[in-house]
Amino acid sequence: MSGKLKVRVDQDKCQGHARCKALAPELFDLDEYGNAHAHGDGSVPAGLEDKAWLAKSNCPEIAIEVIEE
Amino acid sequence: MSDSAHATEDERVLPAHPPVEDWVHDFDHTDPRWTEDPFPIWDELRATSPVVHTDRFLGCYLPTSYEAVKQIAHDTEHFSSRRVVVRDERPEIQRNAAPPITSDPPEHKPAKQLLLPPFTPDAMKKLEPRVRAICNELIDEFIAEGGCDAAARYTKHIPTRTICHMLGIPETDGELFVRWIHMILELGIKNEKMLQQAVQEMTTYFAGHIEARKQRPTDDLISTMMNARDKNGQPLEDSHVLGSLRLLLIAGIDTTWSAIGASLWHLARTPADRERLVREPELMPMAVEELLRAYSPVTMAREVIKETTIAGCPMKPGNMVLLSFPAANRDPAVFADADKVVIDRKSNPHAAFGLGIHRCVGSNLARMEMTVALQEWLKRIPDFRLDPAGRVAWSEGTVRGPRRLPILFGKAT
Repeated sequence: MSGKLKVRVDQDKCQGHARCKALAPELFDLDEYGNAHAHGDGSVPAGLEDKAWLAKSNCPEIAIEVIEE
Repeated sequence: MSDSAHATEDERVLPAHPPVEDWVHDFDHTDPRWTEDPFPIWDELRATSPVVHTDRFLGCYLPTSYEAVKQIAHDTEHFSSRRVVVRDERPEIQRNAAPPITSDPPEHKPAKQLLLPPFTPDAMKKLEPRVRAICNELIDEFIAEGGCDAAARYTKHIPTRTICHMLGIPETDGELFVRWIHMILELGIKNEKMLQQAVQEMTTYFAGHIEARKQRPTDDLISTMMNARDKNGQPLEDSHVLGSLRLLLIAGIDTTWSAIGASLWHLARTPADRERLVREPELMPMAVEELLRAYSPVTMAREVIKETTIAGCPMKPGNMVLLSFPAANRDPAVFADADKVVIDRKSNPHAAFGLGIHRCVGSNLARMEMTVALQEWLKRIPDFRLDPAGRVAWSEGTVRGPRRLPILFGKAT
Protein backbone atom coordinates (compact mmCIF):
# COMPACT_ATOMS: atom_id res chain seq x y z
CA MET A 1 0.00 0.00 0.00
CA SER A 2 1.65 3.16 -1.19
CA GLY A 3 -0.78 5.28 0.84
CA LYS A 4 -1.68 7.17 -2.28
CA LEU A 5 -5.29 8.01 -2.90
CA LYS A 6 -7.32 8.36 -6.06
CA VAL A 7 -10.77 9.89 -6.45
CA ARG A 8 -13.40 8.87 -8.96
CA VAL A 9 -16.86 10.25 -9.75
CA ASP A 10 -19.64 7.87 -10.80
CA GLN A 11 -21.10 9.68 -13.81
CA ASP A 12 -24.46 7.91 -13.49
CA LYS A 13 -24.90 9.11 -9.93
CA CYS A 14 -23.51 12.65 -10.23
CA GLN A 15 -26.28 15.24 -10.34
CA GLY A 16 -24.16 18.37 -10.26
CA HIS A 17 -24.52 19.39 -6.60
CA ALA A 18 -20.87 20.56 -7.00
CA ARG A 19 -20.03 20.02 -3.31
CA CYS A 20 -16.84 18.20 -4.37
CA LYS A 21 -15.67 21.15 -6.44
CA ALA A 22 -16.39 23.54 -3.57
CA LEU A 23 -14.54 21.44 -0.98
CA ALA A 24 -11.70 20.04 -3.08
CA PRO A 25 -11.29 22.29 -6.12
CA GLU A 26 -7.86 20.82 -6.94
CA LEU A 27 -9.26 17.31 -7.25
CA PHE A 28 -12.39 17.79 -9.38
CA ASP A 29 -13.41 19.53 -12.59
CA LEU A 30 -16.93 20.45 -13.70
CA ASP A 31 -18.21 20.19 -17.26
CA GLU A 32 -20.44 22.72 -19.06
CA TYR A 33 -23.50 21.26 -17.30
CA GLY A 34 -21.92 21.56 -13.88
CA ASN A 35 -21.36 17.81 -13.51
CA ALA A 36 -18.12 16.61 -11.90
CA HIS A 37 -15.29 14.32 -12.84
CA ALA A 38 -11.89 13.69 -11.28
CA HIS A 39 -9.09 16.07 -12.29
CA GLY A 40 -6.49 14.29 -14.40
CA ASP A 41 -6.31 10.62 -13.48
CA GLY A 42 -7.82 11.30 -10.05
CA SER A 43 -4.51 11.08 -8.16
CA VAL A 44 -4.66 12.97 -4.91
CA PRO A 45 -1.48 15.06 -4.33
CA ALA A 46 0.20 14.67 -0.95
CA GLY A 47 -1.43 16.92 1.62
CA LEU A 48 -4.85 16.93 -0.01
CA GLU A 49 -6.04 13.58 1.38
CA ASP A 50 -8.39 15.22 3.90
CA LYS A 51 -10.09 17.13 1.07
CA ALA A 52 -10.67 13.87 -0.83
CA TRP A 53 -12.46 12.34 2.17
CA LEU A 54 -14.40 15.56 2.80
CA ALA A 55 -15.62 15.59 -0.80
CA LYS A 56 -16.73 11.97 -0.52
CA SER A 57 -18.63 12.44 2.72
CA ASN A 58 -20.42 15.56 1.48
CA CYS A 59 -21.72 14.21 -1.84
CA PRO A 60 -25.49 13.77 -1.41
CA GLU A 61 -25.57 11.27 -4.28
CA ILE A 62 -22.70 9.13 -2.88
CA ALA A 63 -21.11 9.49 -6.29
CA ILE A 64 -17.52 9.85 -5.13
CA GLU A 65 -15.18 6.94 -4.56
CA VAL A 66 -11.86 7.33 -2.75
CA ILE A 67 -9.56 4.49 -3.71
CA GLU A 68 -6.50 3.61 -1.63
CA GLU A 69 -3.74 2.19 -3.76
CA MET B 1 -57.04 32.31 11.96
CA SER B 2 -56.29 35.02 14.53
CA ASP B 3 -52.66 33.85 14.69
CA SER B 4 -52.26 34.02 10.95
CA ALA B 5 -49.63 36.20 9.38
CA HIS B 6 -51.81 36.72 6.33
CA ALA B 7 -53.54 40.00 5.52
CA THR B 8 -57.29 40.17 6.01
CA GLU B 9 -57.76 39.81 2.24
CA ASP B 10 -56.20 36.36 2.39
CA GLU B 11 -58.45 35.26 5.26
CA ARG B 12 -61.52 36.14 3.21
CA VAL B 13 -60.54 33.98 0.23
CA LEU B 14 -59.00 30.96 1.99
CA PRO B 15 -61.29 28.27 3.40
CA ALA B 16 -59.91 27.28 6.79
CA HIS B 17 -58.80 23.68 7.17
CA PRO B 18 -60.01 21.90 10.33
CA PRO B 19 -57.08 21.69 12.74
CA VAL B 20 -55.03 18.51 13.01
CA GLU B 21 -55.86 16.56 16.16
CA ASP B 22 -53.65 13.50 15.70
CA TRP B 23 -50.37 14.17 13.95
CA VAL B 24 -49.59 10.47 13.57
CA HIS B 25 -52.62 9.57 11.43
CA ASP B 26 -53.08 12.97 9.87
CA PHE B 27 -50.92 15.93 8.92
CA ASP B 28 -51.37 19.30 7.27
CA HIS B 29 -48.48 21.43 6.11
CA THR B 30 -50.80 24.45 6.15
CA ASP B 31 -51.70 23.97 9.82
CA PRO B 32 -50.56 26.91 12.00
CA ARG B 33 -48.60 24.56 14.30
CA TRP B 34 -46.55 23.33 11.32
CA THR B 35 -46.09 26.87 10.03
CA GLU B 36 -44.80 28.08 13.35
CA ASP B 37 -42.48 25.16 14.20
CA PRO B 38 -42.59 22.00 12.08
CA PHE B 39 -39.49 20.31 13.50
CA PRO B 40 -41.01 18.65 16.60
CA ILE B 41 -43.91 17.42 14.42
CA TRP B 42 -41.48 15.73 12.04
CA ASP B 43 -39.52 14.23 14.95
CA GLU B 44 -42.73 12.75 16.35
CA LEU B 45 -43.78 11.37 12.95
CA ARG B 46 -40.34 9.97 12.20
CA ALA B 47 -40.30 8.15 15.51
CA THR B 48 -43.60 6.47 14.63
CA SER B 49 -43.14 5.51 11.00
CA PRO B 50 -40.88 6.58 8.12
CA VAL B 51 -43.98 7.31 5.99
CA VAL B 52 -47.36 8.54 7.26
CA HIS B 53 -50.63 9.30 5.45
CA THR B 54 -53.49 11.80 5.57
CA ASP B 55 -56.83 11.83 3.75
CA ARG B 56 -56.48 15.59 3.31
CA PHE B 57 -55.44 16.93 -0.06
CA LEU B 58 -57.30 13.98 -1.68
CA GLY B 59 -54.81 11.61 -0.07
CA CYS B 60 -51.17 12.33 0.67
CA TYR B 61 -48.15 10.57 2.17
CA LEU B 62 -45.37 12.19 4.14
CA PRO B 63 -41.98 10.47 4.35
CA THR B 64 -39.87 11.96 7.15
CA SER B 65 -36.75 9.79 7.10
CA TYR B 66 -33.78 10.62 4.88
CA GLU B 67 -33.76 7.08 3.52
CA ALA B 68 -37.45 7.11 2.51
CA VAL B 69 -37.18 10.56 0.93
CA LYS B 70 -34.06 9.48 -0.97
CA GLN B 71 -35.71 6.32 -2.29
CA ILE B 72 -38.76 8.22 -3.50
CA ALA B 73 -36.69 11.00 -5.10
CA HIS B 74 -34.67 8.40 -7.02
CA ASP B 75 -37.69 6.38 -8.15
CA THR B 76 -39.20 8.04 -11.20
CA GLU B 77 -40.97 4.84 -12.20
CA HIS B 78 -43.40 4.81 -9.27
CA PHE B 79 -43.37 8.51 -8.40
CA SER B 80 -44.13 11.05 -11.11
CA SER B 81 -43.27 14.74 -11.11
CA ARG B 82 -46.30 15.59 -13.25
CA ARG B 83 -47.72 17.18 -10.08
CA VAL B 84 -45.22 18.80 -7.71
CA VAL B 85 -47.38 20.81 -5.31
CA VAL B 86 -49.84 19.29 -2.83
CA ARG B 87 -53.18 21.10 -3.09
CA ASP B 88 -56.78 20.70 -2.02
CA GLU B 89 -57.84 20.11 -5.60
CA ARG B 90 -56.32 18.11 -8.41
CA PRO B 91 -57.27 19.62 -11.77
CA GLU B 92 -56.22 18.23 -15.17
CA ILE B 93 -52.50 18.05 -15.75
CA GLN B 94 -51.23 20.69 -18.15
CA ARG B 95 -48.68 19.61 -20.71
CA ASN B 96 -45.35 21.37 -20.19
CA ALA B 97 -46.62 22.90 -16.96
CA ALA B 98 -43.10 23.82 -15.85
CA PRO B 99 -40.38 21.79 -17.54
CA PRO B 100 -38.14 20.25 -16.26
CA ILE B 101 -39.59 20.24 -12.72
CA THR B 102 -42.84 18.69 -13.97
CA SER B 103 -41.07 16.37 -16.41
CA ASP B 104 -40.43 12.65 -16.02
CA PRO B 105 -37.88 10.68 -18.03
CA PRO B 106 -37.37 10.68 -20.98
CA GLU B 107 -38.50 14.32 -21.47
CA HIS B 108 -36.72 15.40 -18.31
CA LYS B 109 -33.06 15.23 -19.34
CA PRO B 110 -33.11 17.35 -22.53
CA ALA B 111 -35.33 19.95 -20.84
CA LYS B 112 -32.96 20.17 -17.90
CA GLN B 113 -29.77 20.27 -19.95
CA LEU B 114 -30.96 23.49 -21.61
CA LEU B 115 -30.99 25.22 -18.26
CA LEU B 116 -27.79 23.89 -16.71
CA PRO B 117 -25.05 25.94 -18.48
CA PRO B 118 -26.30 29.38 -17.31
CA PHE B 119 -26.28 28.12 -13.69
CA THR B 120 -22.82 26.55 -13.28
CA PRO B 121 -20.49 27.77 -10.48
CA ASP B 122 -18.35 29.54 -13.13
CA ALA B 123 -21.41 31.38 -14.46
CA MET B 124 -22.21 32.42 -10.90
CA LYS B 125 -18.73 33.91 -10.42
CA LYS B 126 -19.57 36.38 -13.20
CA LEU B 127 -22.84 37.31 -11.50
CA GLU B 128 -21.38 37.71 -8.03
CA PRO B 129 -20.33 41.38 -8.29
CA ARG B 130 -23.88 42.40 -9.28
CA VAL B 131 -25.33 40.48 -6.31
CA ARG B 132 -22.83 42.13 -3.94
CA ALA B 133 -23.84 45.52 -5.30
CA ILE B 134 -27.55 44.72 -4.89
CA CYS B 135 -27.00 43.70 -1.25
CA ASN B 136 -25.17 46.92 -0.47
CA GLU B 137 -27.71 49.09 -2.28
CA LEU B 138 -30.39 47.51 -0.12
CA ILE B 139 -28.42 47.94 3.12
CA ASP B 140 -27.71 51.59 2.24
CA GLU B 141 -31.47 52.20 2.32
CA PHE B 142 -32.09 51.05 5.90
CA ILE B 143 -28.81 51.03 7.80
CA ALA B 144 -29.42 54.43 9.39
CA GLU B 145 -32.81 53.36 10.75
CA GLY B 146 -31.46 51.32 13.66
CA GLY B 147 -33.49 48.29 12.67
CA CYS B 148 -35.80 46.97 9.96
CA ASP B 149 -38.01 44.16 8.77
CA ALA B 150 -35.18 42.22 7.13
CA ALA B 151 -37.66 40.15 5.09
CA ALA B 152 -39.33 43.17 3.48
CA ARG B 153 -36.20 45.35 3.12
CA TYR B 154 -33.43 42.83 2.35
CA THR B 155 -33.99 39.10 1.86
CA LYS B 156 -36.99 39.47 -0.47
CA HIS B 157 -35.19 41.73 -2.93
CA ILE B 158 -31.91 39.91 -3.44
CA PRO B 159 -33.16 36.87 -5.34
CA THR B 160 -35.89 38.91 -7.01
CA ARG B 161 -33.52 41.43 -8.52
CA THR B 162 -30.95 38.75 -9.35
CA ILE B 163 -33.33 36.52 -11.28
CA CYS B 164 -34.77 39.57 -13.06
CA HIS B 165 -31.22 40.48 -14.05
CA MET B 166 -30.60 36.98 -15.40
CA LEU B 167 -33.92 36.90 -17.24
CA GLY B 168 -33.31 40.36 -18.70
CA ILE B 169 -36.48 41.84 -17.24
CA PRO B 170 -36.67 45.09 -15.23
CA GLU B 171 -35.60 44.70 -11.59
CA THR B 172 -38.40 47.17 -10.79
CA ASP B 173 -41.01 44.56 -11.83
CA GLY B 174 -39.98 42.56 -8.75
CA GLU B 175 -43.14 43.36 -6.74
CA LEU B 176 -45.31 41.79 -9.46
CA PHE B 177 -43.39 38.56 -9.17
CA VAL B 178 -43.56 38.42 -5.40
CA ARG B 179 -47.33 38.78 -5.64
CA TRP B 180 -47.68 35.99 -8.22
CA ILE B 181 -45.52 33.67 -6.16
CA HIS B 182 -47.62 34.32 -3.07
CA MET B 183 -50.72 33.47 -5.11
CA ILE B 184 -49.25 30.31 -6.60
CA LEU B 185 -47.41 28.83 -3.63
CA GLU B 186 -49.43 29.95 -0.65
CA LEU B 187 -52.95 31.13 -1.50
CA GLY B 188 -53.12 28.78 -4.47
CA ILE B 189 -52.95 25.69 -2.29
CA LYS B 190 -56.53 26.31 -1.13
CA ASN B 191 -57.82 28.60 -3.85
CA GLU B 192 -57.69 27.27 -7.39
CA LYS B 193 -58.96 30.54 -8.92
CA MET B 194 -56.05 32.50 -7.43
CA LEU B 195 -53.60 29.97 -8.79
CA GLN B 196 -55.05 30.18 -12.29
CA GLN B 197 -55.21 33.97 -12.25
CA ALA B 198 -51.56 34.24 -11.27
CA VAL B 199 -50.46 31.72 -13.88
CA GLN B 200 -52.45 33.58 -16.54
CA GLU B 201 -50.93 36.94 -15.59
CA MET B 202 -47.40 35.49 -15.60
CA THR B 203 -47.98 33.92 -18.99
CA THR B 204 -49.19 37.20 -20.49
CA TYR B 205 -46.23 39.03 -18.98
CA PHE B 206 -43.64 36.65 -20.38
CA ALA B 207 -45.36 36.41 -23.77
CA GLY B 208 -44.79 40.16 -24.08
CA HIS B 209 -41.08 39.78 -23.34
CA ILE B 210 -40.78 36.93 -25.83
CA GLU B 211 -42.38 39.08 -28.53
CA ALA B 212 -39.98 41.94 -27.79
CA ARG B 213 -36.97 39.63 -28.19
CA LYS B 214 -38.23 38.38 -31.54
CA GLN B 215 -37.71 41.95 -32.73
CA ARG B 216 -34.52 42.53 -30.82
CA PRO B 217 -32.63 39.44 -29.53
CA THR B 218 -30.73 39.67 -26.24
CA ASP B 219 -28.27 37.43 -24.39
CA ASP B 220 -30.38 36.76 -21.30
CA LEU B 221 -32.13 33.61 -20.11
CA ILE B 222 -35.31 34.40 -22.04
CA SER B 223 -33.31 34.45 -25.28
CA THR B 224 -31.51 31.27 -24.21
CA MET B 225 -34.89 29.55 -24.03
CA MET B 226 -36.00 31.05 -27.34
CA ASN B 227 -32.77 30.00 -29.05
CA ALA B 228 -32.90 26.44 -27.71
CA ARG B 229 -33.38 23.68 -30.22
CA ASP B 230 -34.71 20.19 -29.56
CA LYS B 231 -33.04 17.05 -30.88
CA ASN B 232 -34.69 17.60 -34.27
CA GLY B 233 -33.29 21.10 -34.49
CA GLN B 234 -36.72 22.64 -33.86
CA PRO B 235 -37.38 25.51 -31.47
CA LEU B 236 -39.18 24.61 -28.26
CA GLU B 237 -42.96 24.83 -28.13
CA ASP B 238 -44.23 28.14 -26.76
CA SER B 239 -45.82 26.32 -23.83
CA HIS B 240 -42.44 24.80 -22.91
CA VAL B 241 -40.65 28.15 -23.06
CA LEU B 242 -43.37 29.83 -20.99
CA GLY B 243 -43.50 26.94 -18.52
CA SER B 244 -39.75 27.06 -17.96
CA LEU B 245 -39.72 30.84 -17.56
CA ARG B 246 -42.51 30.67 -14.98
CA LEU B 247 -40.52 27.98 -13.19
CA LEU B 248 -37.33 30.07 -13.09
CA LEU B 249 -39.24 32.95 -11.61
CA ILE B 250 -41.07 30.91 -8.97
CA ALA B 251 -38.11 28.68 -8.18
CA GLY B 252 -35.68 31.56 -8.04
CA ILE B 253 -37.37 33.86 -5.58
CA ASP B 254 -39.37 32.41 -2.69
CA THR B 255 -36.85 29.68 -2.08
CA THR B 256 -33.68 31.75 -1.77
CA TRP B 257 -35.56 34.55 0.00
CA SER B 258 -36.54 31.95 2.59
CA ALA B 259 -33.04 30.54 3.00
CA ILE B 260 -31.42 33.95 3.47
CA GLY B 261 -34.18 34.98 5.87
CA ALA B 262 -34.01 31.86 7.99
CA SER B 263 -30.23 32.28 8.20
CA LEU B 264 -30.53 35.86 9.42
CA TRP B 265 -33.22 34.76 11.89
CA HIS B 266 -30.83 32.12 13.25
CA LEU B 267 -27.90 34.52 13.47
CA ALA B 268 -30.10 37.17 15.13
CA ARG B 269 -30.90 34.71 17.94
CA THR B 270 -27.44 33.09 18.18
CA PRO B 271 -24.76 35.64 19.00
CA ALA B 272 -22.08 32.91 19.34
CA ASP B 273 -22.50 31.82 15.71
CA ARG B 274 -22.68 35.40 14.48
CA GLU B 275 -19.53 36.39 16.34
CA ARG B 276 -17.70 33.32 15.11
CA LEU B 277 -18.55 34.11 11.47
CA VAL B 278 -17.31 37.66 11.91
CA ARG B 279 -14.04 36.40 13.47
CA GLU B 280 -13.60 33.50 11.02
CA PRO B 281 -15.12 34.52 7.67
CA GLU B 282 -13.52 31.48 6.02
CA LEU B 283 -16.19 29.40 7.85
CA MET B 284 -18.98 30.93 5.77
CA PRO B 285 -19.20 28.20 3.07
CA MET B 286 -19.57 25.49 5.74
CA ALA B 287 -22.05 27.64 7.66
CA VAL B 288 -24.14 28.18 4.54
CA GLU B 289 -24.40 24.40 4.05
CA GLU B 290 -25.43 23.89 7.68
CA LEU B 291 -28.04 26.64 7.51
CA LEU B 292 -29.37 25.05 4.31
CA ARG B 293 -29.61 21.73 6.12
CA ALA B 294 -31.24 23.01 9.29
CA TYR B 295 -33.64 25.46 7.63
CA SER B 296 -34.18 23.88 4.22
CA PRO B 297 -36.84 26.02 2.62
CA VAL B 298 -38.19 23.71 -0.04
CA THR B 299 -40.55 20.77 0.18
CA MET B 300 -41.43 19.19 -3.11
CA ALA B 301 -44.07 16.61 -4.02
CA ARG B 302 -44.69 13.64 -6.25
CA GLU B 303 -47.75 11.74 -7.41
CA VAL B 304 -47.79 7.98 -6.84
CA ILE B 305 -48.48 6.44 -10.25
CA LYS B 306 -47.63 2.80 -9.52
CA GLU B 307 -48.05 0.93 -6.28
CA THR B 308 -44.87 0.26 -4.34
CA THR B 309 -43.44 -0.11 -0.84
CA ILE B 310 -41.03 2.37 0.70
CA ALA B 311 -39.40 1.72 4.10
CA GLY B 312 -41.95 -1.01 4.68
CA CYS B 313 -44.88 1.31 3.94
CA PRO B 314 -47.24 0.52 1.05
CA MET B 315 -47.82 3.54 -1.19
CA LYS B 316 -50.80 3.49 -3.54
CA PRO B 317 -51.51 5.33 -6.79
CA GLY B 318 -53.88 8.29 -6.65
CA ASN B 319 -52.06 9.72 -3.63
CA MET B 320 -49.64 12.60 -3.55
CA VAL B 321 -46.39 12.49 -1.58
CA LEU B 322 -45.15 15.54 0.28
CA LEU B 323 -41.47 15.03 -0.44
CA SER B 324 -39.98 16.66 2.62
CA PHE B 325 -36.30 17.38 2.11
CA PRO B 326 -36.39 19.57 5.23
CA ALA B 327 -37.57 16.61 7.35
CA ALA B 328 -34.98 14.32 5.75
CA ASN B 329 -32.30 16.86 6.65
CA ARG B 330 -33.25 16.60 10.33
CA ASP B 331 -32.95 12.79 10.45
CA PRO B 332 -30.73 11.75 13.40
CA ALA B 333 -29.98 8.49 11.58
CA VAL B 334 -27.90 10.52 9.12
CA PHE B 335 -26.88 13.69 10.97
CA ALA B 336 -25.38 13.72 14.45
CA ASP B 337 -27.06 16.44 16.55
CA ALA B 338 -29.58 16.74 13.74
CA ASP B 339 -31.69 19.26 15.66
CA LYS B 340 -28.74 21.59 16.33
CA VAL B 341 -27.11 24.10 14.03
CA VAL B 342 -23.42 23.24 14.00
CA ILE B 343 -21.93 25.91 11.78
CA ASP B 344 -18.64 24.07 11.25
CA ARG B 345 -20.28 20.70 10.54
CA LYS B 346 -17.78 18.75 8.43
CA SER B 347 -19.88 15.94 7.02
CA ASN B 348 -23.07 17.37 5.60
CA PRO B 349 -24.57 15.52 2.61
CA HIS B 350 -27.84 17.39 3.01
CA ALA B 351 -30.74 17.22 0.58
CA ALA B 352 -31.84 20.85 0.63
CA PHE B 353 -31.53 21.01 -3.15
CA GLY B 354 -33.14 17.63 -3.65
CA LEU B 355 -31.70 14.27 -4.63
CA GLY B 356 -31.52 12.49 -7.95
CA ILE B 357 -32.35 13.84 -11.40
CA HIS B 358 -34.43 16.79 -10.17
CA ARG B 359 -31.52 18.33 -8.23
CA CYS B 360 -32.22 22.04 -8.18
CA VAL B 361 -30.90 23.77 -11.31
CA GLY B 362 -30.39 26.94 -9.30
CA SER B 363 -28.38 25.42 -6.44
CA ASN B 364 -25.15 27.23 -7.35
CA LEU B 365 -27.04 30.51 -7.70
CA ALA B 366 -28.81 30.03 -4.38
CA ARG B 367 -25.54 29.27 -2.60
CA MET B 368 -23.87 32.30 -4.11
CA GLU B 369 -26.74 34.61 -3.19
CA MET B 370 -26.91 33.27 0.36
CA THR B 371 -23.17 33.56 0.85
CA VAL B 372 -22.96 37.11 -0.48
CA ALA B 373 -26.13 38.25 1.34
CA LEU B 374 -24.79 37.02 4.68
CA GLN B 375 -21.25 38.29 4.06
CA GLU B 376 -22.38 41.80 3.20
CA TRP B 377 -24.91 41.96 6.05
CA LEU B 378 -22.30 40.80 8.60
CA LYS B 379 -19.73 43.24 7.23
CA ARG B 380 -22.02 46.21 7.77
CA ILE B 381 -24.25 44.98 10.61
CA PRO B 382 -22.14 42.52 12.64
CA ASP B 383 -24.35 42.85 15.72
CA PHE B 384 -28.12 42.44 15.51
CA ARG B 385 -30.98 40.77 17.33
CA LEU B 386 -34.66 39.96 16.95
CA ASP B 387 -36.86 42.90 17.88
CA PRO B 388 -38.65 41.81 21.07
CA ALA B 389 -41.52 44.18 20.20
CA GLY B 390 -42.01 42.54 16.81
CA ARG B 391 -43.27 39.14 15.68
CA VAL B 392 -41.59 36.84 13.18
CA ALA B 393 -44.05 35.41 10.64
CA TRP B 394 -43.30 32.27 8.66
CA SER B 395 -44.72 31.46 5.23
CA GLU B 396 -47.28 28.70 4.97
CA GLY B 397 -47.16 25.57 2.88
CA THR B 398 -44.57 24.45 0.41
CA VAL B 399 -41.67 26.85 0.90
CA ARG B 400 -40.79 27.86 4.44
CA GLY B 401 -39.09 31.10 5.40
CA PRO B 402 -39.70 34.27 7.40
CA ARG B 403 -42.03 36.71 5.65
CA ARG B 404 -41.70 39.22 8.46
CA LEU B 405 -38.39 39.47 10.35
CA PRO B 406 -38.18 42.49 12.66
CA ILE B 407 -34.55 43.07 13.58
CA LEU B 408 -32.76 45.66 15.70
CA PHE B 409 -29.16 46.58 14.86
CA GLY B 410 -26.38 46.66 17.42
CA LYS B 411 -25.94 44.80 20.70
CA ALA B 412 -28.77 44.66 23.20
CA THR B 413 -28.33 47.43 25.74
